[in-house]
Amino acid sequence: MRTRRIVSAAVAALLVGALSACGGGGQSGGDSRTITYWASVQGASPDDDRKILEPLMQEFEQQTGISVDLEVVPWTDLTNNTLAAAVSGIGPDVINMGNTNAATFDATGAFLPFDDAAFTAVGGKDKFVEAPLAAADVNGGPPTSLPLYSQVYALYYNKKMFADAGLQPPTTWQEMVAAAQRLTDPAADRYGFTLPGATVNVGMHLSYILGAQNGGSPFDASGRPDFTNDGMVAGVKQYVDLMAADGVVSRGDAQFSEGQLSAARFAGGHAAMMFGQNATRTTLVANGMDPSQWGIVPIPAPAPLPAGGRQIGSFAAGTNIAVFGNTDNRDGALKFVEFMTNPKQQATLSEAYGSLPVVKGVPAPTFGDPAAAQAWQQILADRTIPLQPNPNIQAYQTNVGGAVVELFARAATQGQVNTEDVRAALEQAQDKMPASS
Amino acid sequence: MSTPSKTAVAGGPQPAPPSPPPDGPGRQRARTIPWSKITPYLLITPALVMELLIHIVPMLAGIGMSFLELTQFYIARWTQAPFAGTRNYRAAFDLSGSLGLSVLQSFLITVLFTVLVVGISWLIGMSASVVLQRSFRGRGVLRTLFLVPYALPAYAGIITWSFLLQRDNGLVNQVLTSLRIVDEPTFWLLGTNAFISTTIVTIWQMFPFAFLMTMAGMQSIPEELYQAAALDGASVWQQLRHVTLGMLRPINSVLLLLLTLWTFREFNTPYVLFGSNPPESVNLLSVHIYDSSFLNWNFGFGAAMSVLMLLFLLVVAGVWMLLSNRGRRRAA
Repeated sequence: MRTRRIVSAAVAALLVGALSACGGGGQSGGDSRTITYWASVQGASPDDDRKILEPLMQEFEQQTGISVDLEVVPWTDLTNNTLAAAVSGIGPDVINMGNTNAATFDATGAFLPFDDAAFTAVGGKDKFVEAPLAAADVNGGPPTSLPLYSQVYALYYNKKMFADAGLQPPTTWQEMVAAAQRLTDPAADRYGFTLPGATVNVGMHLSYILGAQNGGSPFDASGRPDFTNDGMVAGVKQYVDLMAADGVVSRGDAQFSEGQLSAARFAGGHAAMMFGQNATRTTLVANGMDPSQWGIVPIPAPAPLPAGGRQIGSFAAGTNIAVFGNTDNRDGALKFVEFMTNPKQQATLSEAYGSLPVVKGVPAPTFGDPAAAQAWQQILADRTIPLQPNPNIQAYQTNVGGAVVELFARAATQGQVNTEDVRAALEQAQDKMPASS
Repeated sequence: MSTPSKTAVAGGPQPAPPSPPPDGPGRQRARTIPWSKITPYLLITPALVMELLIHIVPMLAGIGMSFLELTQFYIARWTQAPFAGTRNYRAAFDLSGSLGLSVLQSFLITVLFTVLVVGISWLIGMSASVVLQRSFRGRGVLRTLFLVPYALPAYAGIITWSFLLQRDNGLVNQVLTSLRIVDEPTFWLLGTNAFISTTIVTIWQMFPFAFLMTMAGMQSIPEELYQAAALDGASVWQQLRHVTLGMLRPINSVLLLLLTLWTFREFNTPYVLFGSNPPESVNLLSVHIYDSSFLNWNFGFGAAMSVLMLLFLLVVAGVWMLLSNRGRRRAA
């Protein structure tokens, strides 16, 4: 009897101990003097980000007395880590998320809504630039994340290659392809264009932009997936044809699973053009390219525009900042959001990352090239649309981006990709989408 | 401790009866702590608790989840997720729907992958054991060499393979093109080649275990059996078939079961080689489950597929036990 009692007590003690270790909500910032911040990778590497952010964390501590436990999380892990934190209730106080994922994370209900009081605590709604704030407004109610870094897409071109060939920066898609064909010389390992063909999120981004140029959009008016409409199919084909039909992209690009790889090809003089966001600048510089060597223009659209098509070159991309709903230090977390989005820090961060400021009154960094800075601002003002808000945006990114990756793989291994191949791939992507609730 | 030993030799001098406890005649013998009885329970308790926490509880949670409509709308408060009944299972079996078809396709790819990996790994492991059974110069070095893939951390090994298999600067293409075996570099990580690459990398990881197990088994085969077989006129192949394989039958049976279970749920290799979005040809069931759960956030459906995979592997293990018991009875 006694043996059984002892064994039972031991088992119970171990179970209770283990289970209590699993539960217990505890954020690491459980006291009012500490918060935990998961920052996304914005620079060339996590180490770069730590070097940029740590002085800011120290400044925040000096101002408020609240210390920040900073963790820089690579994008590949950030979504899963955020998901785990949302499910378990154990996570940081403040977090970054891609603004394309904002709608999906919003649907989880795990994040603090920025109602009037919360907005006041971070400096008011009016301080934010409209376009990135509109992109964060994903559910019609109070947003659960706010813009932190604003990004748009542009076409980067190598000035010297263009000048040597007597070419002007393209203003239409056809001009871009023609220029790329003139600059392609496979024997010299030089191509007119480079792209990260195996990168899922870039595949989705470009399908959205080029789809809109062709009059398509991925969701219908009621929010249901509609990936196979003619505009979407034409947009994806336009992108994949750069490799499959136009022959201006090295087939090896189909294996590039990170944007940095194509940026390195561009910086190394192996490609004359590429699509990139503002922050691509840091990668190009890290790869030894001087900013005077490249120029940017809006991503061109086909001329004339297809029926229903729009003259756009980007969507409002970027990174948002959010506060976990079950933070133990709500006030400290809101103070930190206010700090990261105040004009002074925004100026510092934009300069460091090449992103566009998300608050009014902060000029975009010129990096000694006012014309380029103006071009970025012009793209944001005239050629940028918000991403269609939808709670299944994460699945959309995975499935449509995955379809684009598969199509590039097909283009690399089999050569041709016809319209029906594109439609079938997008249909398969649509079939994988979860039902909306 | 004065606890009577259970190891007293029968027929030998009987152990003295335990002396009364030193703290007084009032204490009952039954109240002493019989450590010999408690010890096994104490030793097994941590493993039992960990098994419960790491395997059983998540497994039960997964089974429960498979009956829920668990998406991003309920993930932070999953106890409130709507009950889906058997809808997730019906979707997995509905071959007229795209979800069901993709599950079937994934299942067939996994079966083909498992058959190839297990079959070839066993063949290579077994062959290596046979060759290295006899003593010769350099045998120790070769044995160590064959165990290297098993000793390497899986991730390090797979990442190295991903470098080797790159099209433009991978060593595999460098060798093939410089030897003029192929005219232009091959995409080893795209399209159907991705399946071949994944299979090769997994075999590279699995065969050392087959080698280790069969090599250990062969150590216990008496040399006299081979001598007797040779005297009876058995050829080398007959010795291999009737002596080596015959004696290794119990080991091979367990080995093949383990390899099958491990390979069928292989996730590391495709994930490290291709990231979260592997090519269609490598759409193994484990990858499909990950895709449904963590990329499409359809956790209920992902859990249902996990349960189906568990049931399938239980059936495989059950059939193995049945066949194995029958084989033992026949041998007896």
